[in-house]
Amino acid sequence: MLEWILAILILIGAFFTLVGSIGLYKLSDFYMRLHGPTKASTLGVGAILIASAIHFSFKTEGVSLHEILVTLFLFITAPVSAHLMAKAAIHIKVKQVERTRQLEK
Amino acid sequence: MILQRLFPHPLLTMILWGIWLLLNNTISPGHIVLGAVLAIFIPWLTSSYWPEKITIRHPWMLVLYVLRVLFEILVANAVVAKLILGPQKNLKPGFLNYELKLTSPVGIGLLANTISLTPGTVSCDLSKDRRFLLIHALHIDDVEAIKAEIHRKFEKPLLEIFVTC
Repeated sequence: MLEWILAILILIGAFFTLVGSIGLYKLSDFYMRLHGPTKASTLGVGAILIASAIHFSFKTEGVSLHEILVTLFLFITAPVSAHLMAKAAIHIKVKQVERTRQLEK
Repeated sequence: MILQRLFPHPLLTMILWGIWLLLNNTISPGHIVLGAVLAIFIPWLTSSYWPEKITIRHPWMLVLYVLRVLFEILVANAVVAKLILGPQKNLKPGFLNYELKLTSPVGIGLLANTISLTPGTVSCDLSKDRRFLLIHALHIDDVEAIKAEIHRKFEKPLLEIFVTC
């Protein structure tokens, strides 16, 4: 039973990480590509980390809670780096797809 | 007042202590003491970088907020996965200016962080007067709907959690 839950969690994680990479490859401009990795990796890595926490809590002595920290640091650093990259991109006026909606003036 | 001098940020102290114990993956007495010493000293040494006091009105609401964000990440991930795998020409990316009602810096930081974490939107810039947040969205159907959604799901609970300084 446990094996099944772990397998499903790892597959979900792998799927969303793959979608993130596809997004990085496929989307058409810098700003859109930012969405791929920062997004899909949250759930992708999250699911794999939950699987890891469950596995090491049941298979070894004691509870394993390292993974909570990995998630915490990831959730703090990923948006900050995305924010800085977007800010820098706007500053140096990186090219956008033509159909990008501009701000209302 | 001596207590306040010793613990300039009690919340930071608790969080640091928790992180130390998690990092070591243990609750042995030695690490509890060492962690407590670090958790008291670090906020004390860095207190000049944290000018304003962080006041959280309802700690349990913060827990609820985290759970809610996790749920939203789940839902939004599925939506964005569909957008990414679907045809590119249907996507309508764009920028939008979100008018903030939050004033506490920590609150704004958390909101920007949440917006970036939930798939589909990335916070790009904060205006100098801290009143507008520039957001890039992967797909915009209705700008007002996105703004209303951000307000309802994220900003409203944060407004209740963080007291205006």
